Amino acid sequence: MDEIAITVNGLRRPLEGATAHTTALDWLRDTGLTGSKEGCAEGECGACAMLVATPGTDGGTEWTAVNACLVPVAALNGQEVVTAEGLGSPESLHPVQEKLAEAGGSQCGYCTPGFACSMAGEYYRADRVPAPAHAHDVVDEHDEGCLVHDAEHGPNGFDLHALSGNLCRCTGYRPIRDAAYELGMPEPGDELAARRDRPAPAAVPTDFTAGGGRFVRPATLDETLRLIRDEPSALLVAGSTDLGVEVNLRGRRAPLVVAVEQLDELRTLSVGDDVIEIGAALPLTEVERRLDGRVPLLAQLFPQFASRLIRNRGTFGGNLGTGSPIGDTPPALLALGARLVLASADGEREVELADYFTGYRQTIRRPDELIRAVRIPLPLARVTAFNKIAKRRFDDISSVALGFALDLEGGVVTNARIGLGGVAATPLRAYDTEAALIGKAWNIATVKAASTVLQGEGTPMSDHRASSDYRSLMLGSALLKLYSTTIHDDKEVSA
Amino acid sequence: MSALADRPANPVVGRRAAHESAALHVTGAAMYTDDVAGLSTGVLTAWPVQSTNAHARVTIDVAPAYDVPGVVRVLTADDVPGLNDAGIKHDEPLFPSEAMFYGHALVWVLGDSPESARLGAEAVKVEYEPLPSIITVREAIDARSFQGIARTVERGDAATAIAEADRVFEGVTEFGGQEHFYLETQASFAVRDSEGQYFIQCSTQHPSETQEIVAHVLGIPSNEVTVQQLRMGGGFGGKEMQPHGLAAIAALGAKLTGRPVRLRLNRTQDLTMTGKRHPFHITWKVGVSADGYLQGLDATLTADGGWSLDLSEPVLGRALCHLDNAYWIPNVHAHGRIAKTNKTSNTAFRGFGGPQGVFLIEDVLGRIAPELGIDPTVLREQNFYVQGQSTPYGQLVKDAERMPLIWSQLKGECDFDARSAEVAAFNAEHDDVKRGLAITPIKFGISFNFAAFNQAGALVHVYKDGSVLINHGGTEMGQGLHTKMLQVAATALGLELHQVRLAPTRTDKVPNTSATAASSGSDLNGGAVKNACEQIRERMAKVAGRLLDVDERDVRFEGGYVTGLGNRDLRLSFAEVAEAAYLQRVQLWAAGYYRTEGLHWNPDLMQGSPFKYFSYGAAATEVEVDGFTGAYRVRRVDIIHDVGDSLSPMLDIGQVEGAYVQGVGWLTLEELRWDETDGPGRGRLLTQSASTYKLPSFSEMPEEFNVRLFENAREDGAVYGSKAVGEPPLMLAFSAREAIRTAVGAFGPAGRGVVLGSPATPEAVYWAVEAARAEASAELDASEQSRTGVGADAGPEPAFAGADS
Repeated sequence: MDEIAITVNGLRRPLEGATAHTTALDWLRDTGLTGSKEGCAEGECGACAMLVATPGTDGGTEWTAVNACLVPVAALNGQEVVTAEGLGSPESLHPVQEKLAEAGGSQCGYCTPGFACSMAGEYYRADRVPAPAHAHDVVDEHDEGCLVHDAEHGPNGFDLHALSGNLCRCTGYRPIRDAAYELGMPEPGDELAARRDRPAPAAVPTDFTAGGGRFVRPATLDETLRLIRDEPSALLVAGSTDLGVEVNLRGRRAPLVVAVEQLDELRTLSVGDDVIEIGAALPLTEVERRLDGRVPLLAQLFPQFASRLIRNRGTFGGNLGTGSPIGDTPPALLALGARLVLASADGEREVELADYFTGYRQTIRRPDELIRAVRIPLPLARVTAFNKIAKRRFDDISSVALGFALDLEGGVVTNARIGLGGVAATPLRAYDTEAALIGKAWNIATVKAASTVLQGEGTPMSDHRASSDYRSLMLGSALLKLYSTTIHDDKEVSA
Repeated sequence: MSALADRPANPVVGRRAAHESAALHVTGAAMYTDDVAGLSTGVLTAWPVQSTNAHARVTIDVAPAYDVPGVVRVLTADDVPGLNDAGIKHDEPLFPSEAMFYGHALVWVLGDSPESARLGAEAVKVEYEPLPSIITVREAIDARSFQGIARTVERGDAATAIAEADRVFEGVTEFGGQEHFYLETQASFAVRDSEGQYFIQCSTQHPSETQEIVAHVLGIPSNEVTVQQLRMGGGFGGKEMQPHGLAAIAALGAKLTGRPVRLRLNRTQDLTMTGKRHPFHITWKVGVSADGYLQGLDATLTADGGWSLDLSEPVLGRALCHLDNAYWIPNVHAHGRIAKTNKTSNTAFRGFGGPQGVFLIEDVLGRIAPELGIDPTVLREQNFYVQGQSTPYGQLVKDAERMPLIWSQLKGECDFDARSAEVAAFNAEHDDVKRGLAITPIKFGISFNFAAFNQAGALVHVYKDGSVLINHGGTEMGQGLHTKMLQVAATALGLELHQVRLAPTRTDKVPNTSATAASSGSDLNGGAVKNACEQIRERMAKVAGRLLDVDERDVRFEGGYVTGLGNRDLRLSFAEVAEAAYLQRVQLWAAGYYRTEGLHWNPDLMQGSPFKYFSYGAAATEVEVDGFTGAYRVRRVDIIHDVGDSLSPMLDIGQVEGAYVQGVGWLTLEELRWDETDGPGRGRLLTQSASTYKLPSFSEMPEEFNVRLFENAREDGAVYGSKAVGEPPLMLAFSAREAIRTAVGAFGPAGRGVVLGSPATPEAVYWAVEAARAEASAELDASEQSRTGVGADAGPEPAFAGADS
């Protein structure tokens, strides 16, 4: 196998001194690129953000900002990375650096290189369009949703969510926002802009053993499936947004890590007549862009799922694969009636997501299987909503999360699917509540009765995020809130 | 008029300037302590073995660590040649035999990589002999577990005033601490140099004290230890005391191994080992006249000091000196004491007790206003100090007229009255969403209560080519101190900003420095830098006077040039004068010194004039609360804040905005949760990472954020007429809490006080909304009952209970 090397800021650097578990951040800092900082080592603060050249639409490249602290450096074999040092130098600042500096966007400066990278990622986003084309193009966000949308985009089309994974403790963010909103478009001669026109680096099959661990990126799906059949202890990893936390905070050192996020079969997205199929290893940001609002429930979910930095790496497969009861996608996917495609060397099988979770972080997936795709049946329900209760609006873990998908005909609920997270050892379908709705008139009496049932679903517990009482009440509240928005919409229609 | 405050023509101070390191920050070229460590070779990494028991005697077997490849040394109490103590109160053993809190560092492992050090620490065996532990402040109060000296601020006769007042209210106010969450965790890097001296780079706000602690741990004099501080990735008070022991560990490791030692806490270590803002438990009783004038306040404040004293005594002192905030309270009896608990030792945090004192009075006023039937804005305003009145601790309230002036300007500029009406109209139309608009003031005393800290030094060099290098005792943590010092030096020497450079803070350049804390960095170090520059300028003026053929008193320094009054023909560059001065053997460098004049304080009586002046400000915040969830959003914030005549307006506005958002974080979002059960995890911090301890992100940024500096604000007692800025605006965030309170109140009947938990997380707000709605429906039931003639009494006056979350 060829030497493992990564192109950083235009220079090819061999992977010296790293182990299979070494993060990109630690490796960058060890090579002397200390601009990338560790603020939390779990993808919450963004001080380590860097840009990675990833495949874009039309065969070009995108500069995608990700948390260097979560990515195993071996996963970047053959890839191109840009850090704050590569964007510009003190003598020759990059446009985002210039705006940040002059706007007072840095105080202590520790978070700043990460902000510069996240901003640069958004600066180079191919579909960033200045304001007029952007007004009121989101159809399904109710009440405050609309306000949010407008308040979170600059006149230059800059989406503030691009910075949702970057924390600053000094500025209060206003000058950083102003700097972001003052950015123009890339000038001619901008090398990083020009780089977008050429294809991204191809995935490079990798088998790297060092420091008591082995990192493998198989070349094909078949090879992957054979490997996990033969090595039952293999740990599958896509975006590594979960594993990275385990490695950094809990010292997890898996003997064998198998990377799947660059397998073509796991990166598909197709919209058919009766099903939408989403590759399990497609980053959520890409799913969001390619669905483009086609699934309103998911369109509501995405901005609330962690941060852009995480969504740029995180996948459906990873969020489902961990089996966590507080993942944000299961409640939405349960409401959508999603099915999973599990692949093994013996072939594929399709399972209902509602049957997939068997216990706390336990699922029916066998060690020799991987999640290849998520299938969402069509047509979609008419009334959908995603509710996430958390302390913080951006980038927080939910106390409870709910996905609603209801069909109403002639004022009667004809079908209902409700997915719940954070109320039990697994994500749940709220079957009793669904039964309390189906066949009933969609009115306040029905909703209040069903809301009482919903409050009793699951067995939420008290912890540092919320009390069990609050969690239960929030379940019922969510249905009442959904009802109030449908009434609100009706009023608007009739007015 | 004072010479200290006078500005020359065209001063560099007062101009908008970017942070001196901005270009380095944005490109990642700015170096921090651990970045420097990475550039050295042969470096060892230090890793702690942390207690997994809240309180226990420990027996430690370090031998297994040596079986881990790469482990070089385990540092224990036996290795300490000097004092085994990391604090200034001698109550913080560096290597304890008794674990005093869950997370307490017991011994340290040195490894040739972070991985080996970590694994070595895991291998160390610790046996615990558990002892009784106290986790919450209430437990400490019940067990009478206190530490340090209790203090009382007293004026008049509070008991009689309350007894004779028209209305009396009482309650319990409790609120939590706050993690500093500087983005750069604690970091030290120690090297023993070729001469046997210790050179320590440390992320510290107090290099001189770090130096002293390292020296006493190593048992050597201070002149063998040099501490350098390049810049910090945030401090906020968390690096005033906490770095010392960590620097001593690194230095001890360097001594024993002969190799450089780096010590950087990871986030969880930092959260579980270092002190935070003090939580307080306060019982209070207040007497008010029927028309809403404060008559007397009686309060007992209990600060949660954690396991050791650290800075708890001065923090408590400042809390007692700020519970009046901007209000005249004729009779006050406020008793303060410090609880000793088995948690991290709480420490300085932006505001240093001030926010805790202000919390009390703002909570009281916010709660009682509806009960009095007085608009909270009016209630606050009518109780402002007027000129000639003094604080409960006996200090005349200087510039008291600024408070009502700022208040009225702000109300006008933010359309307060019209928007209050809009909010009321909105609330009348919406059942499930309510808005609130509130305005709160801040008056904050500037100077260290500990008088000796109110001094500073500087070292200024003018080179023959006219370039200038300055050094001062203050540290840069993002607040822009270095930028301001460059502006001060350029102003004092009549130079352009780019002609002055600044060298990193080092204890071998300026000795015996004070902590960069108490918002005093610019006042103190600015005075010292100005003093040094003026010494040099006076000497250069003599030289220039001869060259320009004018009297030295008529020499002017401005814009990099030196001119003489009346001599229009000749203009010398600063460099020419410097060169001439050198040739004439005139000293071109100077040590500057500054001490704040006019302070006196008796800590036993808690009386005196501890502050040079007061900073004033006011903020108006509008929020929207969702009745379904308790979630809220800050819609708009308007602030006018008094920084004197600003040294650097963009930096000052940055401080105001950042402090406000940090304050909103403390009051509404940031929640430290500890295991209070009797289980095996008792005393463990449950929110010990960035994923569980949430600080404000972009989603907490006010949608509209208008900050203006108070104009014509010269402060005679500070450098170039400026005022301190770091801490006071944090307390402007009370306007957000009070706005939430009024929005919550709108869910209930009029005339009912709202008790709001703290932090006012969505859940806490939800419970307050539920309580308000319950009162509304109870009132509805009662009125229906009275209409039908059943049950007449609407119930007793609600007693305020503690807002326990």
